[in-house]
Amino acid sequence: MKARHWLGVLPFAGMLGGVPFVNQVEPYVLGMPFVLFWIVLWVVLTSVIMAVIYRMDPAAREEEKR
Amino acid sequence: MNAALAIIFLFLLVSLYFGIRAKHGKEMNMEQWTVGGRGFGAIFIFLLVAGEIYTTFTFLGGSGWAYSKGAPSYYVLSYICLAYVLSYWLLPPIWRYAKEHRLVSQSDFFVSKYNSPVLGILVAAVGGVAIIPYLILQFKGLGIIVSEASYGSISPAVAVWIGVIAVTIYVMVSGIHGSAWTAVLKDIMIFIVVVFLGFYLPFHYYGGIQPMFEAVEAAQPGYLIFPEEGMSVSWYISTVLLTVFGFYMWPHTFLSVFSAKNENVFRKNAIVLPLYTLMLLFVFFVGFTAILQVPGLKGADGDLSLLRLSIQTFDPWVIGLIGAAGLLTALVPGSMLLMTAATLFAKNIYKVIVPQATDEQVARVAKGLVPVISLISLYFTLNGGNTLVTLLLMGYSVVTQLFPALLFSLGRKPLVNKYGAFAGILCGELTVAYLTVFNITLANLFPSWPSVLKDMNIGVVALVLNLAVMFAVSFATKGLSVRNARPAKTEGTPTV
Repeated sequence: MKARHWLGVLPFAGMLGGVPFVNQVEPYVLGMPFVLFWIVLWVVLTSVIMAVIYRMDPAAREEEKR
Repeated sequence: MNAALAIIFLFLLVSLYFGIRAKHGKEMNMEQWTVGGRGFGAIFIFLLVAGEIYTTFTFLGGSGWAYSKGAPSYYVLSYICLAYVLSYWLLPPIWRYAKEHRLVSQSDFFVSKYNSPVLGILVAAVGGVAIIPYLILQFKGLGIIVSEASYGSISPAVAVWIGVIAVTIYVMVSGIHGSAWTAVLKDIMIFIVVVFLGFYLPFHYYGGIQPMFEAVEAAQPGYLIFPEEGMSVSWYISTVLLTVFGFYMWPHTFLSVFSAKNENVFRKNAIVLPLYTLMLLFVFFVGFTAILQVPGLKGADGDLSLLRLSIQTFDPWVIGLIGAAGLLTALVPGSMLLMTAATLFAKNIYKVIVPQATDEQVARVAKGLVPVISLISLYFTLNGGNTLVTLLLMGYSVVTQLFPALLFSLGRKPLVNKYGAFAGILCGELTVAYLTVFNITLANLFPSWPSVLKDMNIGVVALVLNLAVMFAVSFATKGLSVRNARPAKTEGTPTV
């Protein structure tokens, strides 16, 4: 697997694998219970990660040239 | 008629107008009608996909679940977001293949990849079965919205009839072009309404988001985190994974993939769409606010929480705008679902049984089926008593079973053969049917297991059986398929 494929696994690891360790109400972040904040944080990170993957992906670059 | 209803009907008329206008000046053959001539760019696909995902379920079911279940509702946020990650790699090869072979439905894909029209019939039937509960969900949502917004003067049954007639006319006139334009209107509306409600209601009743959550936690400790048992973290992880696999297996979602202009459309959308799921956060805020403000909505009535709380808070004209947004969240996906089901039956069941039918005849059958499917769903809507969530999860467990066969077909040469694919899907579906009918969960099969295992979504079992049978049958029929693969019978099918 290439580096960008591993990056694609990251959102799964964070959003699913992380939840058992952060299943708690305190501390509230941005007004949200911590576990909800954690999921929201990973939604934002997912978007960032996908943008990085897009940049690294030769197939995407080739398509853009067309 | 009150102000709320007047506004809702105005929006209905506008969306019908969009639908009729969109058709103007375009010749409608089957490819135009269903996949928009494959000319949609990133923004339109974004709206179409978003249009299907943010349905009545999100609007009423999402808040309803936050209201009646608490933390388990967070799963919706995770699965939609992760499905977009998967889409980055899953959709480009599907799109490329579909374009090359001019496919117009999901089951075409299986027919062509596995060189088996019979497998196509099975896939079409599975899609049709899964779509019905999803359509019912939309119609039910429409009924709730219109009857609640009428302050009781229109019964849910009449409200459902009005909605169904509107959706049916809309689809028959315009096909996918209508959906895309109404999707634009819908997305603007739903965004404004949801963000406004999500901020306004907690501030209005509690003075902020955190005070609102603190009040809920004080009144019902543990409601804001996943419980130890039942819908625990283990349920969350397994359910998210299953729904991620099922996400693009919906025939209508699969179909919208075909309408993209190029493959980068999906890659770009995989960056932006996750952020769009954050809209759900505001839906949850509404549901959590409703817990202590409109208490006592039991079972399926939890789906009413958003509208009940709004009615208690706002003037009728605001209810009209909220209702109009809700109407559109049912209309757009509803029309996609209907059109897809009609295409599936016409092209992948009727055409296979009557091979000499011309393209025009198939298109005519598809259009003729639209009102028939509407009426069937209408019947179940008026006669069933399920909550929106139950309906959605039911549909999901059905479509997820198509995922392994699809995944293994993506390489140049499918990893399993058509017998394996057929047997695997069939076995998965029968397992799902059996488990659903008898309401079996791992917890009641193995009560002594630790909760990490027994809280897992039972759909995992069906998927494992599906895979096992798929590989076993493929292996056992290895010789058969090699002999059959040589003379490729269907035109446009790749030789293996």
